[in-house]
Order: sequence, then C-alpha cells, then structure tokens
Amino acid sequence: MSPEDYTYITKYLLDTTGLSLGENKEYLLEARLIPIAQSRGMNGIEDLVLSLRSQLDQSLKTEVMEAMTTNESSFFRDKRPFEEFKTSILPDLIAERKISKKLRIWCAACSNGQEPYSIVMSLRENFPELIDWNIQIVGTDLCTKALHRAEAGVYSQFEVQRGLPVQLLMKYFEQCEQGWKIKSDFDVGIQWKHLNLLEDFKHLGMFDIVFCRNVLIYFEPDLKKNILDRIRNQMNSSGVLLLGAAETVLGISDHYSKLPECQSAIYRVSGQKTQETQEVT
Amino acid sequence: MKTILLVDDSRAVRLVGRRMMGTLGLNVLEAEDGKQALEVARANPELDAVLLDWNMPIMDGMEFLTALRNEERDKQPIVVMCTTENDMPQIVQAMQAGANEYIMKPFTEDIVRDKLEETGVL
Repeated sequence: MSPEDYTYITKYLLDTTGLSLGENKEYLLEARLIPIAQSRGMNGIEDLVLSLRSQLDQSLKTEVMEAMTTNESSFFRDKRPFEEFKTSILPDLIAERKISKKLRIWCAACSNGQEPYSIVMSLRENFPELIDWNIQIVGTDLCTKALHRAEAGVYSQFEVQRGLPVQLLMKYFEQCEQGWKIKSDFDVGIQWKHLNLLEDFKHLGMFDIVFCRNVLIYFEPDLKKNILDRIRNQMNSSGVLLLGAAETVLGISDHYSKLPECQSAIYRVSGQKTQETQEVT
Repeated sequence: MKTILLVDDSRAVRLVGRRMMGTLGLNVLEAEDGKQALEVARANPELDAVLLDWNMPIMDGMEFLTALRNEERDKQPIVVMCTTENDMPQIVQAMQAGANEYIMKPFTEDIVRDKLEETGVL
C-alpha cells in the first residue's frame, strides 16, 4: 500500500467514523480491505482508494467503514460492570422512578447485541418487580451488519459460551440451525437503530443509563469530549454512564463524576447540561 | 492452590486441559473414565472441581456425576461438563443431575476460564 493511499484511507475513516488508526497500521487495513477489493473485482487497495475518491459508490463507503469497525463483544462483558449495574445503579434508579415506572437505557455501540441482551436478562433475573414498568432499551451501532445480527439474536456456540452462564442459556435461548437464538417468546423489547456517534443523536431522546463501552477508546481526545458532552445532554439529571474498562472521562469531560462505590468506569452526570455541542458531521 | 480433576478418555484432551489448568494456577489430577474418577474423588476429599467429559468407556460422565452427587462427602466439588453432547436436552439432563456449568466442545481457553470463574473455581 502506498503512503498516499494509507493517508487517504486513515483520514477517510477519521472523518467518517472517528476511528483514529494512527501510523503503521497498514497490515490491519490490508487484512480488512483487500477482501473487499477482491470481492468487487478490483486489483487491490489502489483501485479501492480510486473508487472511494470518486465518491460514486455509496455501498463501497459503507462497506469500508463497517469493515474497519470492531465488533468484538460478549455477554456480560467484563462481568463487574454488570454486577455494579445490578447492585449499585439500578436500586437507586428504581427507587427514584417508582412513580413514573419508566426507565430508558441506551447501548451506544451495541455491536452484535450481546450487551443489550445481557441488560434485559439482568433485569429479568434480578428485578422481577419491573415486570409492569415501561423499560425502553435502545441499541445503536455504526455497523448495519452487526445490527442485523443483533436483531436476529442468533449466536454461535462459541459466543454463547463467553460470559453467559448456562442457566441463562437454557432459559433464554433455543437451538437453531446456525447455533443458538434468543427465544422467540422472550419479549426483549429492544429497539435497534443505525447510528454514527459523530452525527446528531438528539432524536433518540433522554436516557437514565447509557452504556458506551469500548468505543471511545478508538477516538481522538477532542472527539471523545464532543461525544461525551452530547451524551450528557441526552441524560436525565441522575443519569449514569458506563464506559469500557480502559476508558475514562478524566481530563476529557467535567460533566460526569465517578461513582465512588463502583470499581468499574461508571459515572453519574454532574452539574448542568453542556452548552449546545455540535455534532461532528 | 485449588485442585481440579480432569476426566476424559482422550489423552490429547487431558494434555491440553492440564496445560490450561496449570496456567490458571490450578493443581491438576486426571482420570480416563468415570470409575477411575470416582476413585480419585474419594481419595481427595478436598477436591474443588471436576472438568467432566460425557462419553467414556466403563463409566460415563453422567453415571459418575450421579454417583458423586449421591456420595456423602464433606465437600461436593464444582462439576463443569465438557463434552461434545451439545444439544439442549443433554444440557438440561446434566444440570438436573447436578452439574454446575457446561462447556460445549470444541472449547477455547477463554471459555474454560469464563466457566471456572463463573462457578467460583477461579
């Protein structure tokens, strides 16, 4: 891959997805983009870049963006955040909302769906009193393929063994030709929506809990701040934000304070909403 | 250090399992069928866990599990099935017989670690 092509693609990804690849990631680009070039009868990345530059093929742009996003996930990923979600976050929120009986939860990079399904299972298993509540869970992701998988709720044998206790597998899944599928009579009530976090997300409404785990890590600090500030504006006054294990708001945004009783990266919104922050694209 | 008993008639699986358990900091015992496993379990009353295959000669995993759970022991070990019996009815059967977790072969080190953590062995 020529240095010019590398520069073009990395800038393209930064502008369209926020993904900051940095230097010396040619191997990663080649591993993910050469198969796309080949499937389209192109000679290699040089042709692919030419086609991207022409801006004529929208499907190619989407395919490149989706190929470069990481859809690694697992049920109850990292375990502890879900324990603390259960023991430290939900009891207070449930007490606060006992009159309205309404909770809204957003999984901002839900990938193949394991995170929203884990949330639903956790609610069902631990908070039976919520049965008559209006619980809305919104799962968004940049990758359309991942969203389709999430909505189908079908997972491989390997995927259902990562983080998912067998008792929950028995209760909430059924076997199918492709592996294991969320039971059709399990009314999960998750709304799946395509969303690029660089774009406006005010239309999603306000939330009590936001999971934005293992996505900001790929972004530059300015973009992290922009997204965190805009997420703050979509959160209710006692809203809670969960980040990934390697992520923090420290030194990036002043609008959150860490929950001292939690060891995971869990924050409560603090202070007023931010001044209107513009989306990036 | 906790002790785990690997029960599998395949020497290759026991070899892989021994290496994995060693890296997870567990003391490893081995048996190649259910009858032998029962003897090892009786000789080791402090046994913490069993990683148990289903299909084995002489005494299979389900017979071993039933016998183990019917024994009067001060300490009943955690039992994690590890088998190619990958259908829901088998999973239900094993859990009803007293298994604590279930690994469907082929497995990875991550899956084994997850399941042992899930059951408190690690």
